[in-house]
Amino acid sequence: MGEVTATVAAVFREEHGRLLAALVRRFGDLDLAEEVTSEAIEAALAHWPVDGVPPRPGAWLMTTARRKAVDRLRRDRTLTARLAVLRVEADRAGPVPPAPAEDLPDERLQLFFTCGHPALAAEDRGALMLRCLAGLTTPEVARAFLVPPATMAKRITRAKKKIREARIPFRTPGPDELPERLPGVLAVLYSIFTEGYSASEGPDLLRVDVAEEAIRLTRILRRLLPTEREVAGLLALMLLTHARRDARTGPDGELLLLDEQDRGRWDRPMIEEGAGLAAVALTGGPPGPYGVQAAIAALHDEAADLASTDWPQIVALYDVLLALTPSPVVAANRAAAVAMRDDPAAGLALLDELAAEPLLRTYGPYHVARADLLHRLGRHTEAAAAYRTALDLAGTEPERTHLRRRLRGVDPAA
Amino acid sequence: MKYMLLINAGAVDGSECTAEDWMTFDKEVKEAGILVSAESLADLVTATAVRVDADGKRTVTDGPFAETREVLGGFYVIDVPDLDVALDWAARCPGARGAGSVVVRPVADFGV
Repeated sequence: MGEVTATVAAVFREEHGRLLAALVRRFGDLDLAEEVTSEAIEAALAHWPVDGVPPRPGAWLMTTARRKAVDRLRRDRTLTARLAVLRVEADRAGPVPPAPAEDLPDERLQLFFTCGHPALAAEDRGALMLRCLAGLTTPEVARAFLVPPATMAKRITRAKKKIREARIPFRTPGPDELPERLPGVLAVLYSIFTEGYSASEGPDLLRVDVAEEAIRLTRILRRLLPTEREVAGLLALMLLTHARRDARTGPDGELLLLDEQDRGRWDRPMIEEGAGLAAVALTGGPPGPYGVQAAIAALHDEAADLASTDWPQIVALYDVLLALTPSPVVAANRAAAVAMRDDPAAGLALLDELAAEPLLRTYGPYHVARADLLHRLGRHTEAAAAYRTALDLAGTEPERTHLRRRLRGVDPAA
Repeated sequence: MKYMLLINAGAVDGSECTAEDWMTFDKEVKEAGILVSAESLADLVTATAVRVDADGKRTVTDGPFAETREVLGGFYVIDVPDLDVALDWAARCPGARGAGSVVVRPVADFGV
């Protein structure tokens, strides 16, 4: 029974976002929508195992949730008054398009833009997306971001209060606003994805796989915005990175870089899907930053080893990326690729040119890249110093283990 | 829903926008039918602060001459459907350019 409930719960995580979005559209109030969404799902968990699953589960959930909302509105006059005001304001804002005649209309796009609204604190946007769109519970979101549940509950409450009281609208930006608003939403999704990697501290069985949740959400967004090539690019980048997940750590949980990974353990079907999406992202117009990063990841994933990787093409793509999003981090990555295309000295010269960048001084991967090149040039003392700098900056134990091993390669006494 | 646009001028003389820019913006807000009220404030050197302590004693001081780099120079209160519309108006306000900024704050609604 417990197992059945868990399976049903997983199905509902999928339905949760859809149902919530449809209810937000109907009532214009996130709190009310969340409350009746949970209640409807609870009711389904109680009834369906006994009475059987209804023929149109989405419609059943929607009807149940709506009935519960009406009950609440009867009991709560203040809420009714607030919603009446919202209705009037919504009329002023423009006509609501008629809902399509599906089992449950998909209104999730507007919720993506509300959760990723620039007026919300950057740290709250990802949490809100995991809560409202991925259907995670607040304790699950807390574990995802490695903060205490009470802290996360406070952050989510604060964000919802701002949505309600500053009246951040539930609407999809028009075509003229989309170029300005979509990158923000994509950045939130990518930050959830990288959180899944950087914050991982050993096996935590209770922790939802955050990277996979980010991929799931990006897949939903891709279905909702099929013609936006940067959405395809972001999904491609995530898949092409995630395809290497099993090869990223060694037997003792230490981090392995590209040159040390067993490429046989890379997820080939995922690479194929990612490469296909990267091609979509780069076709039909000027490329965006996620599309270009996906193309770089695809070249790595499709190469048999480091030596046969298409480094000239990777350097060229970094040139494009640098023009799109100038940043010292991108310049450092480009320098590392130049080292592979030409020779270590050429790469090192470029890295040293960036030494004064304040952003790179505390950026571990920069020092690792320098250390590796110094190592290959036989300058072991300088390499050891650079590894030590990187070691001081490393946040997680797998990273440290990896760096200590590299350090011993140039300084056996370390 | 009412929002106040608090217009903060940069400490550096705001040569980014002209009086005509302000007149154009003012006209647009009025013609859109969203204006509740608007004022611009006299120079900060004319400001006076009043404090009353626990004994009811009044202290009047010149200033404050904020150490912050931005100074409140005026405000608009507009009535629009939601935050996105308010942010659009804030972005059109000449005070948002250059060293200035416009802070958008919803006016509290006590349901009276």
